[in-house]
Amino acid sequence: MTAAPSSPTASAILDSAELDRLIAGLSGEGYQVIGPTIRDGAVVYEPLQTAAALPWGWADRQDGGSYRLVKSERNAAFDHVVGPQSWKRYLYPPVQRLWQAQRRGRGFLGVTRNPPTPHYAFFGVRSCELHAIQIQDRVFNNGAFADPGYLARRAAAFIVAVNCARPAGACFCASMNTGPRASEGFDLALTELLDSERHEFLVEVGSAKGAAILGCLSYRPAGDSDIKAAQTVWDAAANAMGRTMPAGVETLLKHNLEHPRWDEVGQRCLNCGNCTLVCPTCFCTTMEDVTDLTGRTAERWRKWDSCFTLDFSYIHGGSIRRDSRSRYRQWLTHKLANWHDQFGSSGCVGCGRCITWCPVGIDITEEARAIRDNGG
Amino acid sequence: MASTVDPLPALSEHAPRVREDSSDFFGADPMLPAPYRIHKRRQELSDTFTLELAPADSSRSLAFGPGQFNMLYAFGAGEAPVSISGNPANPATLVHTIRAVGPVTEALWDLKSGDVLGVRGPFGAAWPVAEAEGSDVVIVAGGIGLAPLRPAIYHVLNQREKYGSVCIYYGARTPADILYRSELEKWRGQFDLTVDVTVDRATGKWSGKVGVVTRLVARGGFDPSQTVALVCGPEIMMRYAVKSLKQQGVANDRIYVSMERNMKCAVGFCGHCQLGPYFICRDGPVLRFDRIEPLFEIREL
Ligand SMILES: Cc1cc2nc3c(=O)[nH]c(=O)nc-3n(C[C@H](O)[C@H](O)[C@H](O)COP(=O)(O)OP(=O)(O)OC[C@H]3O[C@@H](n4cnc5c(N)ncnc54)[C@H](O)[C@@H]3O)c2cc1C
Ligand code: SF4
Ligand code: SF4
Ligand code: FES
Repeated sequence: MTAAPSSPTASAILDSAELDRLIAGLSGEGYQVIGPTIRDGAVVYEPLQTAAALPWGWADRQDGGSYRLVKSERNAAFDHVVGPQSWKRYLYPPVQRLWQAQRRGRGFLGVTRNPPTPHYAFFGVRSCELHAIQIQDRVFNNGAFADPGYLARRAAAFIVAVNCARPAGACFCASMNTGPRASEGFDLALTELLDSERHEFLVEVGSAKGAAILGCLSYRPAGDSDIKAAQTVWDAAANAMGRTMPAGVETLLKHNLEHPRWDEVGQRCLNCGNCTLVCPTCFCTTMEDVTDLTGRTAERWRKWDSCFTLDFSYIHGGSIRRDSRSRYRQWLTHKLANWHDQFGSSGCVGCGRCITWCPVGIDITEEARAIRDNGG
Repeated sequence: MASTVDPLPALSEHAPRVREDSSDFFGADPMLPAPYRIHKRRQELSDTFTLELAPADSSRSLAFGPGQFNMLYAFGAGEAPVSISGNPANPATLVHTIRAVGPVTEALWDLKSGDVLGVRGPFGAAWPVAEAEGSDVVIVAGGIGLAPLRPAIYHVLNQREKYGSVCIYYGARTPADILYRSELEKWRGQFDLTVDVTVDRATGKWSGKVGVVTRLVARGGFDPSQTVALVCGPEIMMRYAVKSLKQQGVANDRIYVSMERNMKCAVGFCGHCQLGPYFICRDGPVLRFDRIEPLFEIREL
């Protein structure tokens, strides 16, 4: 659904107690429901049995290099924003067997036995994350080649979006035009309406699948005052965004491949690769080949990789990107500039994860600004 | 490398090489290698060999453009990108010339005639042999870089009348490193080809030229304003070759280079092969030089 922000075409109001029935309804349809829950002090995406597992009453404090959950002053289900994980871990697992082959005489036989495609219902997908999923859709179906496993998981997925009531400290989706309000790409979208009078959810319907699930719940049609209340939530989130990506960053970076700032940030960067692992659009992988002890069975595994490793660019004779500076430059220019040539959009959706989870607090918006403000 | 896996129940010999999950709907999986049998193995140099392959499970032939490459899989060891070095007019036989430099290429080295390896491909952009019709063609190769250029040479020779002057300039480290030596000698004897070979360092009873391959380019033998140049070799060699071609007056947009980058997938999924906006596996390996010239100057891009 691509309704204009103030006039959702089909919307309903659910009482907060109905979230449980929504989860149950999705499970009943054969989906494995994955949603936000708290583990080890952070919000992670894991299988949800009931709505009770949601992070009720918790909010996150995020800033460069820091993440902390705090009790919020209200008992909202979705006052937290994004954590270290993203949905890519389900659509595009960190470790995946591509195939297995058996030795046969002087040859071998390629066989694969992949588990049946899981049907996931992603519960609580933020607007930036919807955009990230759509970006990965273009990566894994690039016109010439498609990844059948990804496409199958993606086609089977049900998406319940959640509109952010507040941005986290590292967010800058507004300046990337990727949020905070979910405009399309969901089956259902929730906006949490919580004040002294009520604790309800505005539900917008984005697909026939979504309408069918909504039909199993008890709801009432949304009235003008409900829409107005939701609008207040959407506006509040958009207006509270603390960070922005400078406009024109694509050309800026392309014209500044030798800017001294790369040396400077290259000295701070630890090349740990955290940013690439938490980024919801980063897709790089490496291959690992294994054999069993008899040497008769071989397997090929695909694993998430990072452009921050030396091996990543290794060719016979040595790695191309030996310096930290070159690797940081690769990450930032790929994400913010070259991605446009490759996939028709930025590779950044402004979720802020790379800022929060960078152990030394490197902030990509600040790096872009530093280049712009210093002769870039 | 040799971690243990749980063997799955073996499928029958006739199991289709497809995924069980929705593969019909979503098309073939580009990551699955097809089995090819080695019909001939020829030792080329001390560390370099050529394999002639044909499909092990069918009679399909693999049409390819000169300059394209395959991912070759050695059982249990892994995959490596390797250019096709055979004659595009004879796609029934797949030819690869390989230098053993590391784990995968060494595992390929160990294979014998009759053994089976895995092939995915062909991938990537080809040399512009059709666009070059009517022009002079200058081929500048260094070391193993002659292998990806050989299909272009075959193509030009197959349709010799469609091209103007044709020059092949080849440089190797020592006389013992000259690839396809007897073929080069045969071509050198052909009246309608200019073939010149140089070595960095003369050894044994080498009486030919000594020096970098760019010096051969400087000797001309072609009309720079009417020339398409195809260059493949180590990056440093390509840098100088391009410079020399430009000095002769060959335009940037008529010079083509074949780039090497780390490649794990060859289909645009793994991200390893990027050079600026390009995926070398998909947009390359053959790239028109004017497209990458600004990037070529930047260290460690
Ligand atoms: C498009 C293209 C076409 C090509 N065509 C040909 C061809 O026709 N013929 C040919 O011979 N070659 C060709 N090559 C080069 C060939 O692909 C490589 O030589 C081959 O991949 C080497 O693989 P390997 O496993 O044998 O060795 P390596 O690449 O040396 O080793 C494999 C792995 O070991 C690791 N490793 C090894 N040493 C180091 C180190 N010092 N530092 C860090 N990591 C290390 C790396 O992770 C690497 O991925 C081509 C390459 C490309 C991209
Ligand atoms: S680059 Fe950073 S802010 Fe942008 S999408 Fe990736 S993790 Fe989020
Ligand atoms: S930018 Fe930060 S998170 Fe990314 S590799 Fe460098 S130190 Fe790690
Ligand atoms: S080799 Fe994987 S993207 Fe090019």
